[in-house]
Amino acid sequence: MIAQADDTLTIYERSKAGRRAFVAPDTDVPERAPDELLAPELRRAEPPRLPEVAEPEIVRHYNRLSKRNFDLDTGFYPLGSCTMKHNPKLHERVAGLPGHARVHPLQDPRYAQGALELMWRLQGALGEIAGLPHVSLQPSAGSQGELAGVLLTRALHEDRGEHRTKVLTPDTAHGTNPATVTMAGYEVVKVVSDSGGNVDLDDLRAKADEDVACLMLTNPSTLGLFETGIEEIERIVHGVGATLYYDGANLNAIMGISRPGDMGFDIVHFNLHKSFTQPHGGGGPGAGPVAVSDRIEPYLPRPQVVRRESTTNGNEPFYDLDYDRPKSIGRLRGFQGNYGVFVRSYAYIRSLGAAGLREASETAVLNANYLLAKLREAGVAQYLPAAYDRLCMHEFVLSGEPMRRELKIKTLDMAKRLLDHGVHPPTVYFPLIVEEALMVEPTETETKETLDHFAEIVTGILREAQEDPEIAREAPYTTPVRRLDEAGAARHPVVRQPMNGN
Amino acid sequence: MTRYTSATDADRAEMLGAIGVGSIDELFADIPAALRLNRPLALDAGLSEQEVYEELKALAAKSTSAEDEISFLGAGMYDHYVPALVDSIILRSEFLTPYTPYQPEISQGGLQAMFEYQTAISELTGLPVSNASVYEGPSAVAAAGYVATAASKGSRFVISRGVHPHSRECLRTLAHAWEMEVVEAPLSGGVTELPSLDEDVSAVIVQQPNFLGAVEDLAALSGAAHGVGALSIAACDPLPLALLKTPGECGVDIAVGEGQSLGNRLDFGGPSFGFFAATEALMRRMPGRIAGETKDIDGKRGFVLTLQTREQHIRREKATSNICTAQALNALAGVIYLSWLGGQGIVELVELMLQRTAYARDRLAAIDGVTQIHEQPVVREFAVALDAPVQRVIARCQEQGVNPGYALGRDYPEYENGLLVAITERRTRADIDRLADVLTAAVAAERQAVGAKA
Amino acid sequence: MADPSYPDDLKYHPEHDWARIDGDTATFGITWYAQDALGEVVFFDAPDVGAEISKDQPYTEVESVKAVSDVFAPLSGEVTAVNEALADKPETINEDPYGEGWLVKVKLSDPSEVDALMDSAEYQATLD
Repeated sequence: MIAQADDTLTIYERSKAGRRAFVAPDTDVPERAPDELLAPELRRAEPPRLPEVAEPEIVRHYNRLSKRNFDLDTGFYPLGSCTMKHNPKLHERVAGLPGHARVHPLQDPRYAQGALELMWRLQGALGEIAGLPHVSLQPSAGSQGELAGVLLTRALHEDRGEHRTKVLTPDTAHGTNPATVTMAGYEVVKVVSDSGGNVDLDDLRAKADEDVACLMLTNPSTLGLFETGIEEIERIVHGVGATLYYDGANLNAIMGISRPGDMGFDIVHFNLHKSFTQPHGGGGPGAGPVAVSDRIEPYLPRPQVVRRESTTNGNEPFYDLDYDRPKSIGRLRGFQGNYGVFVRSYAYIRSLGAAGLREASETAVLNANYLLAKLREAGVAQYLPAAYDRLCMHEFVLSGEPMRRELKIKTLDMAKRLLDHGVHPPTVYFPLIVEEALMVEPTETETKETLDHFAEIVTGILREAQEDPEIAREAPYTTPVRRLDEAGAARHPVVRQPMNGN
Repeated sequence: MTRYTSATDADRAEMLGAIGVGSIDELFADIPAALRLNRPLALDAGLSEQEVYEELKALAAKSTSAEDEISFLGAGMYDHYVPALVDSIILRSEFLTPYTPYQPEISQGGLQAMFEYQTAISELTGLPVSNASVYEGPSAVAAAGYVATAASKGSRFVISRGVHPHSRECLRTLAHAWEMEVVEAPLSGGVTELPSLDEDVSAVIVQQPNFLGAVEDLAALSGAAHGVGALSIAACDPLPLALLKTPGECGVDIAVGEGQSLGNRLDFGGPSFGFFAATEALMRRMPGRIAGETKDIDGKRGFVLTLQTREQHIRREKATSNICTAQALNALAGVIYLSWLGGQGIVELVELMLQRTAYARDRLAAIDGVTQIHEQPVVREFAVALDAPVQRVIARCQEQGVNPGYALGRDYPEYENGLLVAITERRTRADIDRLADVLTAAVAAERQAVGAKA
Repeated sequence: MADPSYPDDLKYHPEHDWARIDGDTATFGITWYAQDALGEVVFFDAPDVGAEISKDQPYTEVESVKAVSDVFAPLSGEVTAVNEALADKPETINEDPYGEGWLVKVKLSDPSEVDALMDSAEYQATLD
């Protein structure tokens, strides 16, 4: 990342009246008086004050902005639970083919067979990976997949004449889980973790009753640990008639090795922008398909992509959108979902195949354990011990509490100092049950050398802090801006460019 | 080792040694044997890049895109011209591949772009606060409804039948979970006719222009909502806002909409982005990321995600929404596009669409067997009724390489043979004339067929 | 305020709130410990004047950049005034939690509830 000279003018500040990139073509139809077509009282008083710039300025402005960003193509992003693996470059090429990119979502299915076939095949592949037969690609991101899951649960119970009010989530749950529960109209009940980092089965038994609709679980958990009690968890949850929901954020640890459907989960969501390489785009787009068991299938969102065996047209199957779903929960979004993301994920699955997906997970777990071992070796454990003394899966959590006590620098300071070394910091202060948490997920696409280098950097920062803790506390130094006044931004938010009169 | 991983046999051996285990299998010891998959996944073997490309190309060839026909299909997503500079910028690694900007010091590019995007949306909607994007249009309507459940009293939503069918359905799906009633306000003469409201109404939701292309009296609808203490929510098509009285001018509390027209591809329905703008009073209840301006410790100007305490990663079960990943890259395409159009250009663009839409409407209404469904002012889309089975008419037109629009019947049984026709700047006069010719012939043929059957 | 301070003339509630009693009216705020744990306060969501609040129940929220905290009522009563200056300068809660950083004034509905509160020494003993 190139640190640019101070240059933070916005596109509005670069504007000059009269400059423009777009000029509308001449009106080729017989022109009518504009006020006749749209009366003055229907019109806005003033036009929108959009930028006034020509193409070179736009290009230069956004190019310069881009150089003030760190990114995955440039460097390491060991963000726990984010699965920042390489985004294959083939995917942009195939997603850009007009037969994928320029098809209207309401095109007659007869003229959208390629798109519908791709979706149908992706559904099948995801279902096989999850071990559950029915898949909806509709949800827009993981959170919306979670929402789908809880709403599907509600539909199941309502269909049985049951009224349940609670959903259980572990205390290690990602924030989207409890937020989703509230949005779906349920009350959140937290289940605690035991000293080994797993769901406390006694606590679960105490809290699982017939008022509980669902248990939302990530496996491996956000601690990077496999829920060894998963079979008992399944018995407890199903024993009270609740559903077992799988948050797929950590699927990267187990593809081809174990399947949530086989563990007894009823509903699984996938984050296509995690394990399936959709580029993060600085905050989206993503996609959050769900896979469900037979008993949940009737409630899936509408429409569903189906394959109809055809008796005409030479027995070619016909791919279609099925709206005839009387028990469906309805829609979570418009049209069919983030198709562009499906194209990339499908290309990835076709590139890797069964063996490649398994190898990806195996290498992800290998890399994480190796990095953990390297950090231990380097004496890092004294200040940043692993939160749990176990083999991890694809990610692990360290606690910066000893570092804070003894070296007087916090996890936040470690993160900021890492920025000076050209790596993105791990996830910080999550999960909540670990003090000064640092969650590390290297993913399978990093080389051993990158992992070694990261361990060296961390070691170096700790050594530096022993000499002079101020350095980390005032870091970063070499980034385009240094630490920012977030309190000021929250007290008196400035969320748009001020202009005359606004 | 696949082309995306680098662990050689030598690497693997060294790494296993450092970990202190003999095999990769031992790393999965925590997984009970009964849960280990004892066979390969039932998926085809992996392919080379070239083979994957060929397969994806073959699939692409099985769909008819906007390049293959002259399309007047709209109904929420539109075939606009996306300038080349949008692609060249959003495909840059530095915009395509970073994570959400939780470390602002190394994310100034993305954060500033969000700030510029928020400004553009604020200008279009006339509302002071915009977030950095939500998923897309229809779910944004539901998201606005969720804000109303917290910010407004009442157990009922009143939503116009003129709101996009997908948006109405999204609201119903979520309202069921919130135990909120959803009541539909009918259309009369093509525009919303509000029932009498009372204080049990939490929010009134309308679309501008509505699904039938008609310009609604947003100020009156908004005033009626406020009269009973309800929130006023408007789902808007963004480009017409360059000309129309803004939601802000009309007293609307929350303006949302589908952003696909702004610099994004059709992509068979996604990804695009939704915009979400509101009054100052609702700022702390808004969903989604918001970028704010601030200074760093050296006094340099910078941008951060602000008001994060609204969001799920901090407020968890009390968050204003569960949204995490949104549509940052698509919103970036949006602000680049709006910068490319410019303040003057966007007005010219929409005035051009206004003229061509009027021309198209006149030409089609003049066809034997085609009548206007309503006579309200329209900007870029209008609805006609055919005196012939619409699906068959559409099929005939498509065989001629023209997609005449959206069949209204499934969503609006009262317009059984209705057709919704959309205009973008890509549809020239010649295209419209061709549509008129093809539609004339198709309607005539189908009327004859119906007549022959009778 | 840089150093911990727990004035003797105040009463304290275990959820880190203080009360200054004056006959049958009281002023409430959050303690040094609470503001320190929160970090720089950015927003105080003031309740309405006239609102009824109940002892041991949350009556408002205070936000910092990275956290939101419920504020608990040490005593029951009706809100007669809110500190409007905090709208512009919420950081006053950090700088002067017992003085200019007061949150609400309340007309007590049951002054005998004061007996259940702790004094400064008792409260400090509960802090780690």
